[in-house]
Order: sequence, then structure tokens, then C-alpha cells
Amino acid sequence: MSATGFHELEGAPPKAMNARIEGDLMEVSMGPQHPSTHGVFRMNVALDGEVVRKLKPVFGYLHRNHEKIGENTSYLGSMPYTDRLDYFCSMTNNWAYALSVEKLAGIEVPERAEYLRVILAELTRLQNHVSLLGFLLSDMGAWGTPLMYAFREREKILDLFESLSGSRMMCDYMRFGGCRVDAGPDWFARAQKIIDAFPRFLDEFEELIVSNEILIARTQNVGKLSAELAINAGITGPMLRASGVNYDLRKVDGYGIYPRFKFRIPLGDHGDCYDRLMLRALEMRESLGILNQAMKEIPAGPIMNPKVKVRAFKPPIGEAYGRIEGPKGELGFYLISDGGASPYRYRVRPPSFINLTVLEDLCLGHTVADVMVILGSVDIVMGEVDR
Amino acid sequence: MSDQIDEGLRSELQKRGVWVTSTQELYNWGRKNSIWPLQFGLACCAIEMIATAASRYDLARFGGEVFRPSPRQADLMIVAGTVTKKMAPQIVRLYNQMPDPKYVISMGACAISGGPFKQGYNVLKGIDRYIPVDVYIPGCPPRPEALLHAFMELQRKIDGQKLTGQDKASHLDREQPSEFPVPAFGAHDLEPPSNPNIFRPPAIERA
Repeated sequence: MSATGFHELEGAPPKAMNARIEGDLMEVSMGPQHPSTHGVFRMNVALDGEVVRKLKPVFGYLHRNHEKIGENTSYLGSMPYTDRLDYFCSMTNNWAYALSVEKLAGIEVPERAEYLRVILAELTRLQNHVSLLGFLLSDMGAWGTPLMYAFREREKILDLFESLSGSRMMCDYMRFGGCRVDAGPDWFARAQKIIDAFPRFLDEFEELIVSNEILIARTQNVGKLSAELAINAGITGPMLRASGVNYDLRKVDGYGIYPRFKFRIPLGDHGDCYDRLMLRALEMRESLGILNQAMKEIPAGPIMNPKVKVRAFKPPIGEAYGRIEGPKGELGFYLISDGGASPYRYRVRPPSFINLTVLEDLCLGHTVADVMVILGSVDIVMGEVDR
Repeated sequence: MSDQIDEGLRSELQKRGVWVTSTQELYNWGRKNSIWPLQFGLACCAIEMIATAASRYDLARFGGEVFRPSPRQADLMIVAGTVTKKMAPQIVRLYNQMPDPKYVISMGACAISGGPFKQGYNVLKGIDRYIPVDVYIPGCPPRPEALLHAFMELQRKIDGQKLTGQDKASHLDREQPSEFPVPAFGAHDLEPPSNPNIFRPPAIERA
């Protein structure tokens, strides 16, 4: 008898060594109450041991009838509801909605208001990406520290929002044809201070995470998204760019005054979780560049188009689709007006929801622990997914 | 039976270096300073809840930083966000799974009454229809300070709970239920629309 004992079975290959034990798949319902599902999201996962073989997302636990309410309220009345779509980025939601109404009614926006919008949208991008990184690391098991760092910075930006609009999260700041309140020199000085200090925080944060062995093991080659699938599935935002597709609405559409600013679009190579994570870190640096330019160039002047009647607002009959590059992807509002005080049809194109459609493709073949990392890197907010 | 210590005697003894307490005080002191909330967020308010637990506001100062993902280990449920009709049965089930004594903070306008989404066809008009709520916080969303205030109110409530006697805390009363029926979807809506043993809205008299 040999040492391994296999030579006894002369001729026949050693069967038990590499053969998988065939068994039934186990179905696990993850969520709606789960610490890492970013809200009330549920996934029905079929597991083979620890490996995901099927994944079925279940939506609707936060369906708040946003679109139906939008069709029953005035155009202005929908503005506070857009804050609650993606509750991290109320400013960009406001902008997307204001943009589509402006397109519908053909409203011009004063120069200063455009600059304010860019400044606030880029600040929103900063605080969204920074909290996403905190949550993602938290999902990976770095419980506490990165999230604390991220929220420390987020609070500073929320202070700016609060002093400008009166609310930390639900800003309700933009109006059709401008912005609601003007920012004084004091506000700009405070904002500049935060923007100047931000790169130091980014350096510190990147040093903490980028070369971390555990982070690399958990994210590299996990949840790869090919450029082809990304385009076919309508993925937008950082997730698409991490797969190497150069598509950013700030460049493609050039809405607002974005063509005036010099900035680069970071792109990923592999489309895995690590690329998606790092892309956000790089995007934050570009946002800081835009912010610095906008803060320098902002002109004096009115912030509201005086011709717009914000109350009793009735746009002409027609339809319009306004879209912007939100922190999570292409956020669009499609409005059909029948000439009345409320839209005939009000439709949101939510980036989180459409980016979530490829979740099964990303997760197949990975372990159940990776599902949380992949879901975190998609960057979803349930308010926007379920609406 | 008197469960109160004579305050004059207590301060007199304290001056001589003797610290006197009753079992009830000690028990409540321990309970109120280690409230473990259930890590459970529904919508926008959940982000403010996380902000409360994070660096600036630091819920740990009040002994409440230990967010437990499992209801079996939690003392407090913070209903943070819009409760939809699809989610309401799960919330009642989570509440039923929590061990006694358990408390509920209803955070934000949505959890109280449906808030801005009250007219929506899928929104439950207040979680107090199915589970008893201890503290309500208005706001959309409430600021982290408001959640801290609610936390302190809850601590005050726990501090005042009696362990014995007629007016003892409800979780010590065998007659009081600690689990409530889970609603289910009927033909049109959640059945039953509310739990009449808990939900007793004040009658509004219109002239």
C-alpha cells in the first residue's frame, strides 16, 4: 500500500478528491432587515454551499408612490419630494427636476444660479462618495473607523447645506429658473476652507484603504462588470466608468455651465469592486478641481429668473426629459405637461435602480460574503430604487 | 411597601460616605444606560440615525452605541423612516422577536403618521397602529439632536418604571401581551388595518 492510499485503485481516477458533493441548493432570504443591505432591500439567494448560484432581488419595501404623488401635486410641490428620492443627494435631485421643468417651459437660468448649482452639486458628490466609501468598508468588516472618518467630513458639508438652505439633508434649494436663497461672502469663505482641507482628508483616507491587504483581497476580481454588459444594461455613473466606458453627462451633455470647467473623467480598467471604489476616490479629486474653479469665477448678480412665476406655475403643453450626472449615475426626470398645474406624467429615471439590474450577473459564482461588497459598490439608495 | 428612600436620610448618609440605593433604582440605572438599539433603518431618517451614532453626535455618550443587527439582542427599536404596507408585517415580526423589556422610538413624520407620503397608496399611516410606541420625534428628518433628546426621554421613562406594585412596568405584568398579531395583505389593504388594543386615536369632534 502506498503512502497516499490511492494506488490501490489502479486505473480508476481518485474520485472523491476533486468531485463536488452534489446537493440541493439552499435558498436564503437576505433582507429586508439586514445590516448591510443599505435600507430595506431583499435578495433571495440560492446557495451551493457558500457560492451564489441564483440571485433574485425583491423590491418595493420602500415604494412611497413618488411618481403618483408627483402627478397629483403642483410642479413646485414635487420639489421637496425629490429631496427624498436619493436622500444623500438632495441637491442633485433638485437640479435634475428643475432642469427638466426648465426644459419643458423654456426657462433661462441666471449665471450666478448656474454657478451655485455646480458648487452645490459637486459638494453633494463629495459627501455622497465619501459616505459610500465609509459604508462599503463597513460592509467589509472594517466596522466603525472608516465610517466615522467619512461622517466627520460629511457633517462639515452638511453644515454648509444647512446654513444655506435651512436643512441638513432635505435642502429643497433649487427652483425653476434659479435658486431659492443667495449665499453670502461668509458662506463662500467657509466653503473654501472645507474645500481646501478636503485633499488632506482624502490623502489620509486613501492611505488607510488603498494598499490594505484585506481590502484588496475582498474587492479585486470581485463582481466584474464587462463594458459590453454595462452598456447593454443601461448602467451609468461611476459603475459604468469603472468598466472603462468614457461616458459622463457633464461632458456628453454639457448641461448647465460644465463646459466652462476643466476636469478629467477617471476611468477604470477591470470593472471590479476595487475599480469602482477607487474611481469614486478619484472623482472626488476632480470635483474639488471643479469646485475651486467655480468658487473663483462665480459672478455677482441675481439668482432667480424674475420672469418665472414659481407659484401657480403652468408650463405649456409638451414633454421634456432633463438629465444630469448625479453622484450615482444618470438621474433624469421625464415630464409630460397637458398645460395644467400638475404634470400629466411624471417619471423618474433612477440611476440606483437601473444599476441594480445587473446585480445577479455580478454576484454569480462569488461567495455570499461578497454579495454585500458587490451591493455596496453598486451604490444604491432604496428611496431612489423603490421611489 | 415603600420603594422610595427618604431623601433626607440619603443625603445625610452620603455625607458620611455611605451610598444608599434600592434594587429598583440600581436596576433601572443599569437598564437606562445600556440601551441597545436594533440596527434597522427604513428610509431617510436612518441616515440621520447613523449620523447620530457616528463621530459628531456620538450616541455612545448615552450608552446606546451598540447597534445590534439581530432583534434577539436589542432593547430598542428605532422606526426610522417611511413604513410601507409591504414592510409593516416585517416590522411587527421584528418587534415580536425582541425580548422584553423592549421600547420603540417612532422617528420622523413618516413613522408617526405617514408624513409627506401620507396620501400614498402604499404608505402605512403610522407604525403605532400595530406596535406600542414610547417616544415620538417629529421632523422630516429629525435632527440628530432630536434623536438624542428622544433617547434621554426614553431613559427618563425607564428610570421611572416600577418593579412592583399596582403600577409596575407593563413588561412585568403577565397579563400584558409582549407580542402582537402580524398584519397580512388582504384583498385591498393590510388586514387588520390597525390593532384596536393598541391604536386608540383620540376622537375628533367637529362642530
